[in-house]
Amino acid sequence: MLAFTIRRLGQSVFVLFVMAFIVFIGVYAIGNPIELLVNPQADAAERARATAALGLDKPLMEQFGVFLAGAMRGDLGRSFVYNVPAIQLILERLPATLELAGAAMVMAIALGIPLGLIAGLKPHSALGRGIMAGSILGFSLPTFWVGLVLIMVFSVQLGWLPPNGRGETVMLLGVPVSFLTADGLAHLAMPAINLAVFKLSLLIRLTRAGTREALLQDYVKFARAKGLSGRRVIGVHVLKNILIPIVTVIGLELGSVIAFAVVTESIFAWPGSGKLLIDSINQLDRPVIVAYLLVIVTIFIVINFVVDVVYSLLDPRVRLGQAAAAH
Amino acid sequence: MLRMLRIAAAALVAAAVPFAAAKEREVSIGLQSPVTSMDPHYHNLSPNNSLLLHVYEPLILRDANMKLKPGLAASWRAVDDLTWEFKLRRNVKFHDGTPFTAEDVVATYKRVPNVPNSPSSYATFTKPIVETKVVDPYTIIFKTAQPHVLLPSDLAAVYIVPKALAEKATTEDFNSGKAAIGTGPYRLAEFVHNSRIVLKANYGYWGGEEPWDKLTFKILSNSAARVAALLSGDVQMIETVPTSDIAKISADKSFSVADKVSNRVIYVHLHQWNDKSAPFVTSKDGKPLDKNPFRDSRVRKALSMAINRDAIAERIMEKRAIPAGQLLADSFYGTSRKLKPAKYDPEGAKKLLAEAGYPNGFAITIHGPNNRYINDDKIAQAIAQFYSRAGITAKVETMPSAVYFNRATAGEFGYMLLGWGTESGEQGSAMRSLLATRDPDKGMGVNNRGRYSNPAFDKQLTDALFTMDEKKREGMLQQAAETVMNDTGLIPIHFEVSTWATAKGYRYTPRTDQYTLAMDLKPVGR
Repeated sequence: MLAFTIRRLGQSVFVLFVMAFIVFIGVYAIGNPIELLVNPQADAAERARATAALGLDKPLMEQFGVFLAGAMRGDLGRSFVYNVPAIQLILERLPATLELAGAAMVMAIALGIPLGLIAGLKPHSALGRGIMAGSILGFSLPTFWVGLVLIMVFSVQLGWLPPNGRGETVMLLGVPVSFLTADGLAHLAMPAINLAVFKLSLLIRLTRAGTREALLQDYVKFARAKGLSGRRVIGVHVLKNILIPIVTVIGLELGSVIAFAVVTESIFAWPGSGKLLIDSINQLDRPVIVAYLLVIVTIFIVINFVVDVVYSLLDPRVRLGQAAAAH
Repeated sequence: MLRMLRIAAAALVAAAVPFAAAKEREVSIGLQSPVTSMDPHYHNLSPNNSLLLHVYEPLILRDANMKLKPGLAASWRAVDDLTWEFKLRRNVKFHDGTPFTAEDVVATYKRVPNVPNSPSSYATFTKPIVETKVVDPYTIIFKTAQPHVLLPSDLAAVYIVPKALAEKATTEDFNSGKAAIGTGPYRLAEFVHNSRIVLKANYGYWGGEEPWDKLTFKILSNSAARVAALLSGDVQMIETVPTSDIAKISADKSFSVADKVSNRVIYVHLHQWNDKSAPFVTSKDGKPLDKNPFRDSRVRKALSMAINRDAIAERIMEKRAIPAGQLLADSFYGTSRKLKPAKYDPEGAKKLLAEAGYPNGFAITIHGPNNRYINDDKIAQAIAQFYSRAGITAKVETMPSAVYFNRATAGEFGYMLLGWGTESGEQGSAMRSLLATRDPDKGMGVNNRGRYSNPAFDKQLTDALFTMDEKKREGMLQQAAETVMNDTGLIPIHFEVSTWATAKGYRYTPRTDQYTLAMDLKPVGR
């Protein structure tokens, strides 16, 4: 386990370095941020001053070197646009995104797996068919459209829920969270539903497919023959065996929902980091883009690590770090 | 699922129901662009300037038509060509109770060029002042190196902070509220980056009582979300109503739309860097032409005549645009009554092109941004279609502004769709930035991406810019405008009309500089 962790750590540092390098080159290739930041009425002297102030007059490799030196100390640069440390901007907004992503995943898992199981156990019933049809709609309807419809129905027409923003927050372990207040939940409901719809559909279909396959296996027939209750057969034997692909997808989707919930955040004006990323890209605010992507890569690495550990818990045949041996 | 779809369809036609009744003296306003800082000298950006005007004030304010009016300066005059005397307003207090005096002005102007890491500072405005003399706590003398007619206009952009803070506070101090002390009608309560800004009334404001106790500005960049926020009652006013929603909101009795022509002109710069060629300009079969057609004023004029500005204003902009014949609308200083928008005349354009030696026209590519100006990509496409009737084959390529402006400035494009908002409210500085022969060291033609150069026009313009007499200068500016527009230095298309929508019980008095000010929002019928 220790060797596994250390090897993972080494790989992660390498991935982070490559990531930073690629982003630096990429943003540099798009264009000069000064053109977008400086007031058009400013004269040439002002442009030169601004360029020097942001360190953009130095050659690209030197800028990258400066960035690496700072990164070793934990300083990922200051935003060109806001002049606050990039990492501070991101960490300010990350709790909101994590909260939204968490709520969406909880909704998707809590509804998706049971619904998928039902659809798998009774595939030809009206309920089973209905769930599958619903899941098709779920991943076909664009997030953008679903969000706007939710706002039109629940805010404009019915007036039950607020149309945008995050609700009141309370501090939990030093981090502001809004799901502990009623106002916070009202604000969280629609964005979380909007984000959850796609994941929900994915999980339903995945669970159904896994269930259908598992039910045909010998061990299930044997368990039934043994006289185990239906609940135990499904809840313990079937579920545990289909969870590995599901956990993989959940891990991937959790990462992408944290990183790229941009559309939902834009429509609901949710003060999260996804929106920060897209705005920074539009403004060529390179320090924020680089810092953000490094944070996201780190999150993905951590999630993948956790998923691997969960595999070994779910499937006793899996040994961490060893080459896959046929059993 | 199906039931929800049916409800949604009905909702789209239904009237709005307010989500929660706003408290009497509290109002929420939806803004389109984020405010990047509460430091008034950090980033010269229009949304910043608009919001910070609630908290801080300059010596000179602008009214709804961008005309100068007294702010923290009660009066000012030019003593001679190089000397200005400003008399300051008495009995004004900052939010922390300290009195406002000339020392605060001096300290503020000293700070302006020295704000660290500023992506766009206000130094251009304070640079002309080479010497400052404090005669008494309420009188200041400024000296300039050259006659600088626009000094009052420039100083209207620099907001005054107390001396102690000007000397020591950092941008972070302003953002956190510790140093956000000004003389304005509101004080900062909360600033959350790219999310919301909360302001509370300054009850001791020298200009009298405001109707609002608390203001909440929400940044709602997504247009649909902004409209939904208004319709659901989450905010009571929004700026920049999307053109597609204007008709529906105006028709709804619970809302009203206020609009006003802005200082922003949408125009086209043509690549005139040299006589030989222009990028993306070829003959119809793709071969290069033997000279640059944009250098011929007849070709430029034909390209201007071939655009149907009325159709663009009517159909694409939903009437929220005014066809343009120069760089600012008629109500602004320095505009000529003789300059009218070019009449739509595709046949006349074809004749002019034949005269210039292009009887079969030629091919161009129209380049433009797609996320910067209102309906910018649609305007580019419309122009391409008009040109096909005048015998010019036009392709269209639009791209995000992050990519577009860099490449346009580098001279990569031949036909560039652009916009320009004149912050000084008079046509002289617009002509200077966009049409004067480019000389960055002298500050001429800094944004002349087409490199248009007309020495006769340059002379008329520079003479006008250094004439201190207002009436004389106006005549000279009008003459310069006529010279350059009759030569079609650039092709003006239209002036954007800014829109604001308010809920019932609120009325907004619109402004030409596109600022959204709570001071112009008044309760109605309560």
